[in-house]
Amino acid sequence: MTPLNRERWNRFKANKRGYYSLWIFGFLFFLTLFSELIANDKPLFIYHDSSFYCPLIQEYAETRFGGEFDAPADYSDPYVVELINKNGWMINPVIPFSYNTINYNLGGPAPSPPSRDNWLGTDDRGRDVVARLLYGFRISVFFGLTLTICASAIGIIAGAVQGYYGGLVDILGQRFIEIWSSLPTLFLLIILSSVVQPNFWWLLGITLLFGWMSLVGVVRAEFLRGRNFEYVTAARALGLSNAKIIFRHVLPNAMVASITFMPFILGGSITTLTSLDFLGFGLPVGSPSLGELLAQGKANIQAPWLGLSAFFVLSVMLSLLVFIGEGVRDAFDPRKVY
Amino acid sequence: MNRTILKIKDLSISFKMGKTLTPVVKNASLELKQNETLALVGESGSGKTVTSMSILRLLPKSAVYPSGSIIFEDKDTLTVEDKKIRQIRGNNIGVIFQQPMTSLNPLHRIGKQLKESIYLHQPLTSNKEADQKALLWLEKVGLKNPEKRLAAFPHELSGGERQRVMIAMALINQPDILIADEPTTALDVTVQAQILKLIKDLQKELGMAILFITHDLGIVKQIADRVAVMKDGQIVETDEPGKIFNNPAHPYTRHLINSEPAGEPDPPDNNSNTLVQVENLKVWFPIQKGILRRTVDHVKAVDDISFTIKKGHTLGIVGESGSGKSTTGFALLQLNNSKGKILFGDHSLNDLDTRQIRDLRKRMQIIFQDPFGSLNPRMSVAQIIGEGLDIHLPGMSEREKEKHIISVMEKVGLEPDARQRYPNEFSGGQHQRIAIARALILKPEFIVLDEPTSSLDRSVQFQVLELLKTLQKEFGLTYIFISHDLKVVKSLCHDIVVMKEGVIIEAGDSEKIFSNPEHEYTQKLIETAFH
Repeated sequence: MTPLNRERWNRFKANKRGYYSLWIFGFLFFLTLFSELIANDKPLFIYHDSSFYCPLIQEYAETRFGGEFDAPADYSDPYVVELINKNGWMINPVIPFSYNTINYNLGGPAPSPPSRDNWLGTDDRGRDVVARLLYGFRISVFFGLTLTICASAIGIIAGAVQGYYGGLVDILGQRFIEIWSSLPTLFLLIILSSVVQPNFWWLLGITLLFGWMSLVGVVRAEFLRGRNFEYVTAARALGLSNAKIIFRHVLPNAMVASITFMPFILGGSITTLTSLDFLGFGLPVGSPSLGELLAQGKANIQAPWLGLSAFFVLSVMLSLLVFIGEGVRDAFDPRKVY
Repeated sequence: MNRTILKIKDLSISFKMGKTLTPVVKNASLELKQNETLALVGESGSGKTVTSMSILRLLPKSAVYPSGSIIFEDKDTLTVEDKKIRQIRGNNIGVIFQQPMTSLNPLHRIGKQLKESIYLHQPLTSNKEADQKALLWLEKVGLKNPEKRLAAFPHELSGGERQRVMIAMALINQPDILIADEPTTALDVTVQAQILKLIKDLQKELGMAILFITHDLGIVKQIADRVAVMKDGQIVETDEPGKIFNNPAHPYTRHLINSEPAGEPDPPDNNSNTLVQVENLKVWFPIQKGILRRTVDHVKAVDDISFTIKKGHTLGIVGESGSGKSTTGFALLQLNNSKGKILFGDHSLNDLDTRQIRDLRKRMQIIFQDPFGSLNPRMSVAQIIGEGLDIHLPGMSEREKEKHIISVMEKVGLEPDARQRYPNEFSGGQHQRIAIARALILKPEFIVLDEPTSSLDRSVQFQVLELLKTLQKEFGLTYIFISHDLKVVKSLCHDIVVMKEGVIIEAGDSEKIFSNPEHEYTQKLIETAFH
């Protein structure tokens, strides 16, 4: 780490709110990466008849454990559980439901209120809310991260080329961006969803197509400024190619501004996915998603645990990202040299 | 005997960085009497500006004052309340800053900015009176067409004119003390002389005291009644200029006086071949107007000039700012678009494509005016110096590269152990050495030196010039030396070209031009430089 970056890291650490937010967010994301181990309708591990089974990786027929059907074992069935426990043991995950497991054993009609089995209740199809939140958090962050990284990469390259070469390239690029950014993304998505069934990658592609412009302005401005620096002229006099000058001498100046923006872009990307899901134009039916849970909360006002839990998870996640973003911004701020 | 109006006693100033205190001024004491000009002399970083800014408490919040007092009108300006210090600022003590370009607000008209300081300290002035007063002062500072200038924006004025406006702003309330912080450093020599005369005349008229901060001993000789020499935050000597120059007591003062550039360039080989030949070189920048950006006219930065340089010689290009000297140097290295014929060896540079030029670049190099600005702050010294090797000798092993870097650093007088450090850890003179090392590592034949010493202190200038001379002798280098400082040019250049408004007005042998300048403009330049 260069001394400058070490100084920035120390400055980030000095901002307690941002620093702890990073840890909490990192911990939550790390936790949800292993959602399958935490919330699943299959046991993690089975010991039966002196051999080991791992249902997470491989499917086993009920007959394997001495049952009658030659179909995949249903581990929530008390009969199967009894069969296994008779001749061995099994380790269950903390939450015995996956995001798409329907709990038929409810006390009342779905959505059912929080209980010992379903800590935050079930949604209107009897699926466990905690499990759906875990998986939904993961897919949201994953979507946000991928979108942020791809959009930033495209935006930085577009801004760099426009700013560095200037002139006609710049004028044409800017006019194109003006037209492109005024296209109505939402209507395009609605039209698209009637043609294809949008999945994760479709959604990512479409939002990326219209979401890469956010960094162009900043990077372009930095390049317009940076290309006149004397050390850039010095590099030209040394005989460096344009690509090398862009990457080695000018881009580092633009990176400060870009990195500062990234946590906020991440927050924005997550919100985009959530709102699309809320409107019903997002991930395919049945996918765990925070937006869909919010929509259910709106449709079932009598079951406040749906809306409230989705709301809390979203607001905690977005607040953490904003706090991290503030910390990063202050750490990179060249005027804040104490 | 004039009475003392400002008394700085035992002043120390430190800057707080995190938890550490960096002392900048140490126990400085000064006295300023009515009607006198006190010159505060020292190299950059010696604490002159910090001392003067502390008088009006203009330093940032991170400045702390461990000891001392600044007594003005029986009050300590370090401790009086904010309201009182604001009354003193501009009303009793006026300040002129170094940068006339950035000291005026670019969004307001000159008249408005002038009147602002009138209203601040004499709130009952009517609009008409203020207008008249502003006009009077613009006349006093010698601005042509003052009525028109009142409505002008700062960018419509030249550097010298802006400095005149700054002086008018500082003096419009007739202060008792004027603090002038290097007011002429950013100006051309001929303009410098005019501004100095103006300040002197106004002092006589208003009877104020001047604290004049400068690093230029030539100016001190002209203007000062007393001189205080500052080094590393301490005032080492205070005396009259006659005594200081003829009989300096402190070794540092002696060192300052002796580092004025002098000497002659080493005699060149007159039979050597021509290395660079320039014929009818033109650099025109188009002026475009209207929606269709039609070219209506051109700014003729360089207009039809021709000259030749022999191998091993140094050609000095002399002229004021805006005369096209740097543009010429850039055009020679193909860093801007030019027309005309540039012969480098047997290559006609304007007829080659980008790739061919790139191959030639290792034979010709440039060193810039701002040594810090020309070094990428994010790269270590070894990376900066070695960059040229990566491009032109890509097959070189890391070890060999290291060896090259170390040897070139030794050549330019840098400690090779420092090669993993970053530019901000070095001083101005060392920055210029790094830039020279970067140019030298490719073993070029031809180097354009674009004002390489003008942002350095005199004693550092001296060292860099000596280094350039030694390197020329050792490697048979050919230089183009672009400068506005005739003293430096005289000590280094064999031939001289004098430029004004994009054309060459006089050219020839250095000795001949200095002893017998033909053109009127050249005569004026030489006279102001060597008065």
